[in-house]
Amino acid sequence: MRVNLEINGEQHTADDVWPGESLLYVLRERLGLPGAKNACEQGECGSCTVYLDGTPVCACLVAAGQAEGRSVRTVEGLGGEDRLDPVQDAFVRTGAVQCGFCTPGLVIAAHDLVHRNPHASDAEIREALAGNLCRCTGYEKILDAVRLAASTVAGERA
Amino acid sequence: MSRTDTRTESLTSTGTGGVGESPLRPDGTLKVRGEFAYSSDLWHEDMLWGATLRSPHPYARIRSIDVGPALTVPGVHVVLTHEDVPGENRYGLEHADQPVLAVDVVRYQGEPVAIVAADDPETARRAAARVRVDYEVLEPVTDAEAALADGAPVLHPDHPGGNLVRQVRIRFGDPAPTAPVVVSGEYTVGMQDQAFLGPESGMAVPAEDGGIDLYVATQWLHADQRQVCLALGLAPDKVRLHLAGVGGAFGAREDLSMQVHASLLALRTGKPVKIVYGREESFFGHVHRHPAVLRYEHGATRDGELVYVQAEIILDGGAYASTTAAVTGNAATLGAGPYRVPNVHIDCTGVYTNNPPCGAMRGFGAVQACFAYESQMDKLAEALGISPVEVRVRNALEQGSVMPTGQVVDSAAPVAELLERVRDRPLPPERGGPLDLRELPGGVSNTTHGEGVVRGVGYGVGVKNVGFSEGFDDYSTARVRLEVTAGEPVASVHTAAAEVGQGLVTLQAQIARTELGVARVVILPADTSVGSAGSTSASRQSYVTGGAVRAACEAVREAVLARVPGAAGLAGAAVVSASGEVLADLVEVLGEDVVERTVEWRHRPTEALDPATGRAFAHVQYAFAAHRAVVDVDTELGLVRVVELACAQDVGRAMNPDAVVGQIQGGSVQGLGLAVMEEIQVVDGVVRNASFTDYLIPTVLDTPPMPVEVLEYADPHAPYGLRGVGEPPTLSSTPAIVAAIRAATGRALTRAPVRPEHIVDG
Ligand code: FES
Ligand code: FES
Repeated sequence: MRVNLEINGEQHTADDVWPGESLLYVLRERLGLPGAKNACEQGECGSCTVYLDGTPVCACLVAAGQAEGRSVRTVEGLGGEDRLDPVQDAFVRTGAVQCGFCTPGLVIAAHDLVHRNPHASDAEIREALAGNLCRCTGYEKILDAVRLAASTVAGERA
Repeated sequence: MSRTDTRTESLTSTGTGGVGESPLRPDGTLKVRGEFAYSSDLWHEDMLWGATLRSPHPYARIRSIDVGPALTVPGVHVVLTHEDVPGENRYGLEHADQPVLAVDVVRYQGEPVAIVAADDPETARRAAARVRVDYEVLEPVTDAEAALADGAPVLHPDHPGGNLVRQVRIRFGDPAPTAPVVVSGEYTVGMQDQAFLGPESGMAVPAEDGGIDLYVATQWLHADQRQVCLALGLAPDKVRLHLAGVGGAFGAREDLSMQVHASLLALRTGKPVKIVYGREESFFGHVHRHPAVLRYEHGATRDGELVYVQAEIILDGGAYASTTAAVTGNAATLGAGPYRVPNVHIDCTGVYTNNPPCGAMRGFGAVQACFAYESQMDKLAEALGISPVEVRVRNALEQGSVMPTGQVVDSAAPVAELLERVRDRPLPPERGGPLDLRELPGGVSNTTHGEGVVRGVGYGVGVKNVGFSEGFDDYSTARVRLEVTAGEPVASVHTAAAEVGQGLVTLQAQIARTELGVARVVILPADTSVGSAGSTSASRQSYVTGGAVRAACEAVREAVLARVPGAAGLAGAAVVSASGEVLADLVEVLGEDVVERTVEWRHRPTEALDPATGRAFAHVQYAFAAHRAVVDVDTELGLVRVVELACAQDVGRAMNPDAVVGQIQGGSVQGLGLAVMEEIQVVDGVVRNASFTDYLIPTVLDTPPMPVEVLEYADPHAPYGLRGVGEPPTLSSTPAIVAAIRAATGRALTRAPVRPEHIVDG
């Protein structure tokens, strides 16, 4: 089947998509956008998190056909050409990135949180990130990154 | 449309940030933008996908294999079996005992039997499932001690010694010591998985010279190359390995996974072949941490001084040897812990069974021993009526102490100080105030409002060797070049060392900056066109590849300084005198020249263990960490919430303080996982939980605040005085947490991980 979708503001079409294919597979293997990761493809790790119509979802759990006509934003679409989004920048600055395989998913989850609630408490941050596994960092520096990003976003709004 | 291809990129580190500072990772921006090319992201025009058929049985004879039904699937290009392996159909890190593709027997569930290349991954998988294998199912050997009993089926008939992979004996001091206070116990450690997030993956690209370029996520390019060459029957210059982006490792990428398979398929089809394991396959695609049974007896004076340690340790190595022999050596030589013990008697045995193969995982044998000896120290404290920290401090190893191998500890060993530092930290506040479910065991599952919840505090300390031990020729190679580019002096560093997330690329740039006084450093992609760097394991790369990069920088610097009379050093892009006076601009001194040096660097040699006693200068360096764990336990439901996990670690020199803390926190959480949640459930040789739904690793909700204190007592034998960092925190966190649960519940808890039923039922 053919799937049409908007990704990071551009219209894309994928052909010969099988009914069983996930949005993640279409992004990574058919459309050349491997930013969203494939650590489990079972909805357990969050490494594949993307925005679908503005809501973070596990792209591995979304059938490609379900995304027909909808709008997707991936980690590749967060920053500008030469500019990082404040959330991305905070992850680099705080040492929240080691192997980085969890990072794209966490960046999206954190981006969603700090825009919904730039004054999130630590408990709220933990809750918001509970679906994103990281095996390298022990999460402490990821929390630092989210706090830093939140303060940047809060500052921009003030 | 832009596509990631197989090109591996150089990383550029600019600005300031030498040794001892925390400059940002040169790959950080790529990683946060989703542009870093991991091994599973590779793409090539015309590429095929590979898939692997694996044995469903832990032990079976193969009567026949019929690939016919798979070949009829449209889109399939080739199906290969053991008959298609052109070279040696055997590989292995220490013993070549593992077939690339099974011949007439399979020895574990998940053993590769056939491989398929097809147009897309789904077709490849479906075709693999259609290969018909006729198995004669055999009774698996699933108990390590039973595997050593007379009459047990011999799993590797050509291996001398039956199912025994290695036994190490430590004999130190009086062979028959006695003591007034004796405690003993039997401890069990479950099978832990490394659970890196980036699945095993890579791409093999056939080359015009009949060779292959293999892009893969691995820990040791040259060890892979050696084994791939043997299996393909090709010379090393025909098998070129390139490090693709690595999504974590933790030991699980030491052994081969898809390397030979992808290469075979690529050579046969003449097309690039990509293989990416799914999460379930990943559980079968790499070795795990050895499950262990550890029987310990500690004898002490009434004052709490250790008189002796006796231990019997049995490690289940599973179906193939992997690194079982070295893991056995570690568990034995480190088996008495970071303590002064005058008399030690340890038998440590690694065994073949039909369970999943076990090998390297962060901590490498020292983790299992640490859980047992630390549990024993707590028992001893209780028997003596003194505090757990006190009993440890009284016996703490220090510089000048003698290990049970007879090796004198010849640099700092601040074991007592590490313990005192975590003990003296303020405790986290008691629960109180308004009810917040998120602060209780069970969390928002709303399983308690505090009733039955008891707090406990526990301690642990451990000792880990750094680098390869027991006489292994442990070295790394670095090529450093200095030249002027765009009017600026630029250093480039080329090694084959695997960056797996730990931050070695940052560190290499820091070293070059410090040694060569330049701002801009280019880290070239790691590949086999430069000499071996050894493995990214054993907490060794900062030490050994760091040492090699420094040595190569020194050689470059000497060549440059020879050009300027009175020159003593390089700093701020200038040649300077001993007093720091600028003598010449580095750009002018270099001119058009390229100064390049390649250095192979070794740490001081170690020795093989004496087979009868284990005596040897076995380890090049020891590293120590201590933890204090605070837990809340719902004693009615057996649920645990770790409230805080404090760590103190001596790192010799904090080469990159931020990265050091990141390693310590990450390692501590892997120890937390082993303490309370992580175990591969194996029943009759069959894995029951090969998914992240059923094999649970800590989420951010399971992970507490982790204050870290970093000590810097320089090791005079090591580059910059540094001490390996990655593994020690994984050792002591597990026993500290289990001790805290014991303190809260009064349960004996002899097994890691602790399950709710152990708490509720005792
Ligand atoms: S890859 Fe989608 S949740 Fe893990
Ligand atoms: S940085 Fe490696 S999984 Fe998070």
